[in-house]
Amino acid sequence: MQEMIKSKLAELLSTGAVTKVIGWKRGENFYDVSPAAFESVESLADFVYDDFCGANLSKFLVKEPGKESKVAVVLKPCDTFSLNQLIKENRVNRENIFVLGVPCEGKLSEEKMRVMGIVGLTGCKVEGDKVTVETLYGTETLDKNDVLLTKCATCHSKKHVIFDELIGETGEDSDVDRFVGVAELEAMSEDERYEFWRNELSRCIRCNACRNACPACTCEKCVFDNDASGVAAKSNANSFEENMFHIIRAYHVAGRCTDCGECSRVCPQHIPLHLLNRKFIKDINTFYGDFQAGADAESEHPLVHFTENDPEPSIVKEGK
Amino acid sequence: MQRIGVFVCHCGTNIAGTVDVKTVAEMLGKEPGVVFSTDYQYMCSEAGQTLIQDAIKEHNLGGVVICSCSPRMHEQTFRKACAKAGLNPYMVEVANIREQCSWIHKDVAEGTEKAVILGRAAIAKVHLNAPLTAGESPVVKRALVIGGGIAGMQTALDIADAGFEVDIVEKNATIGGKMAQIDKTFPTLDCSACILTPKMVDCAQHEKINIYAYSEVEDVKGFVGNFSVAIRKKARYVDETKCTGCGICTEKCPVKNIPNEFNMGMDNRRSIYIPFAQAVPKIATIDPNTCNKLKTGKCGVCSKVCGAGAIDYTQKDEIIRREYGAIVVATGFNMIDMTKFDEFGYAQSKDVITSLEFERLTNAAGPTGGTLLRPSDGKHPHTIVFVQCCGSRSTTENGKPYCSKICCMYTAKHAMLTREKYPDTDVYVFYIDVRTPGKNFDEFYRRAVEQYGVHYVKGMVGKVAPRADGTLHVQASDLLAGEQLHIDADLVVLAGAIEPDKSARGLATKLTASMDTNDFFTEAHPKLRPVESPTAGVFLSGVCQGPKDIPETVAQAGAAASKVIGLLVKDKLTCNPCVAQSDELLCNGCSGCEHVCPYGAITYETKEFMQFDRSMKPRRVASVNPAVCQGCGACTVTCPSGAMDLKGFSNRQIMAEVDAICK
Repeated sequence: MQEMIKSKLAELLSTGAVTKVIGWKRGENFYDVSPAAFESVESLADFVYDDFCGANLSKFLVKEPGKESKVAVVLKPCDTFSLNQLIKENRVNRENIFVLGVPCEGKLSEEKMRVMGIVGLTGCKVEGDKVTVETLYGTETLDKNDVLLTKCATCHSKKHVIFDELIGETGEDSDVDRFVGVAELEAMSEDERYEFWRNELSRCIRCNACRNACPACTCEKCVFDNDASGVAAKSNANSFEENMFHIIRAYHVAGRCTDCGECSRVCPQHIPLHLLNRKFIKDINTFYGDFQAGADAESEHPLVHFTENDPEPSIVKEGK
Repeated sequence: MQRIGVFVCHCGTNIAGTVDVKTVAEMLGKEPGVVFSTDYQYMCSEAGQTLIQDAIKEHNLGGVVICSCSPRMHEQTFRKACAKAGLNPYMVEVANIREQCSWIHKDVAEGTEKAVILGRAAIAKVHLNAPLTAGESPVVKRALVIGGGIAGMQTALDIADAGFEVDIVEKNATIGGKMAQIDKTFPTLDCSACILTPKMVDCAQHEKINIYAYSEVEDVKGFVGNFSVAIRKKARYVDETKCTGCGICTEKCPVKNIPNEFNMGMDNRRSIYIPFAQAVPKIATIDPNTCNKLKTGKCGVCSKVCGAGAIDYTQKDEIIRREYGAIVVATGFNMIDMTKFDEFGYAQSKDVITSLEFERLTNAAGPTGGTLLRPSDGKHPHTIVFVQCCGSRSTTENGKPYCSKICCMYTAKHAMLTREKYPDTDVYVFYIDVRTPGKNFDEFYRRAVEQYGVHYVKGMVGKVAPRADGTLHVQASDLLAGEQLHIDADLVVLAGAIEPDKSARGLATKLTASMDTNDFFTEAHPKLRPVESPTAGVFLSGVCQGPKDIPETVAQAGAAASKVIGLLVKDKLTCNPCVAQSDELLCNGCSGCEHVCPYGAITYETKEFMQFDRSMKPRRVASVNPAVCQGCGACTVTCPSGAMDLKGFSNRQIMAEVDAICK
């Protein structure tokens, strides 16, 4: 698979169809695969596509002025939703990008393995629902479901919604119930829920990783960096005010979040941030009918779109 | 920091009764930036205004906070007073300590505390206020009237008589509305058509009135003085310029079994039809759902018989976009669906009819030529039961909570006319209350009871059951006698509740005009601005605003027209300076604001911006047309980056208010 992708990318670069490729390359450790840009065929030697390519590359396109040249990007199915959303918001110029869709059967979490006591990873092979890992200390076989990234465990679609070319086949929408976690939160009493989030958010170190990885957070200047907004660099009146960062962020991406799960994946403090966004997605689905942000590059999300038949909860009566 | 003056109004005892105004003035006097604080009995009085003006001069105030009634009442008073003293009027903030405080609190301590908090919020806001200057926008000297019933026609005629152009948009094939279907009008009993049709003709002939019949409002853009409205002119499949209204096509059309809407479905019309003899415009219309030619391509009879060559099967809906300075809503009403009320047996027997069906049965142009006959067998009914409040004043799921207002009078009219024409008929009227406030109304009702011998029974009909012999078994209670009644009736007439036309809700969305829970349009003020919608430039006429009879409708139609004329005579309107503006350096170009803007005030353009490395990068950014923006603020809450802000209600000002309240 990796070689097929590489040869396609090499072809694109060598023919001059694109001047840059956004993909992944390996870091210091085997499992440490990071986004990377490749500008020559030779540099593609470092290109990696394996089971640790969790990162969503669509956001990197925002920074591409790309007025004259084209950029190729390698996208997994879930990443294509983010790209559509960015095109919809005019953050990416569709004409200047070449999307190479690659199949995905769920990416793995080294952190989950570490919790299980598996350290010193040097190799990994997935066969069906089993994962065989090589470590400095020997070989182990694991259940794939136990070590999937949280976002992949509740994958909502294996279908590429936008691409110029596919390597392999595209998949189908999944019928996994991704709102189980939200339902658990909804089942809590208000006090329990408040305590749950206070506890989770208390670990936040404001590293901004969630914001920086989120493909919906692409503002020219984030309100949290804008002195004029009144919320930037403000000393907190109390510990709750710090927590507001995540709540404000969830509101800012409401209706635009494609549920790519990057926020939770990159959080070094393991805060389940995706649950905040999923609560909004669930509510939007409930109130306005099913809506998947990024499913196409045209339709407006219900929160910024008026129709004559909008429900007005204060007016709509039961049974009418 | 501004030099702020605080002025606390007693409003007689309206505020001072539940708020310790002296303490409020004293507490607010200690707030940062406040250099003067006082209280006074009536701040809106001449003396109160002078007090404010003197303080502005004496203390060199840069901002003013007035703790008084709602800004909807006196904000303009105070702004003008301060402007006279040389202060920019937008440096004045009103803290509403009456409607939002004294009137809802009983405890003085609580009321005082809240008044202080509201005052603090206003002070925090004034600190961030900036002087604003209002611009001007021109007024398009043409009005649009939506609905061509008596309300819409009267409004259009009054506006047109004042010399302004008026367009009437009517969704049906003819203007005239419900009044055209009514036989006689209470309490004078003159013929409805006889007084209505001259008005229809007036509308058609008036050089300033243009009628778009068989048309609907597609979308509305713009704002007071400058609306842009798309009107969908539905295809009639008949060329309006050629059709002479001779009616031959309507006689020759082979599709004969279409229920005639004008006669409430009690007789049939053809697929090509003219609603009634006096229709305006008198042009035939093909019903595309039933026409053989349009459905199957086979027929074309009307085209063959039409001497004028007016039939055009290829006609398409046409969209016309026109500009207007004002819009009048006159969308009227319908009777609610009586089939939902199983107890009255409307769906089970043809002889249970609605009042509007009764009107057609007694009308000379109706299905029976004006002779009252039972729809089932065409025989004379000898016992007729009228049931009032069918769904009105009802708390049930199917009914309406309000009084439909017209039913008591038209039922008295029906009962009286029946007894007048057919003295051998027994007429019963079941009522909860008889409500007859109006000139000569109670006299009219008493005539029905005393002169015409109509049996008025206080009580509700519980059940109407058709019997095998065709009679209707009516079970009812007589509350005054305290007994159950069983009547064998030949005809039962239901005075159903009326409700706003179904098209009104969609229209309200298009106009951003607000509605109440019953889908009646709301007024800008229920007492003082009854014919204006809260949306500037949108006016209300007739039953779309609430149930009313013909004279009231005509009066309101005239009132709406006078408001429209008052608007259209102006050459320019002063704009609201509290408009949105976009910070290009923050704008992401996402178009979120553009999509939510109800006025089409936001456009996008691509501009070059310098980057950190001094290179230039093109970026799409929003810009607001301040003449079109109405300051609703929808864009500011949609903008994810905070690039969009509202002058006079900036994000920071609102945050400052919230902070002051939570302090």
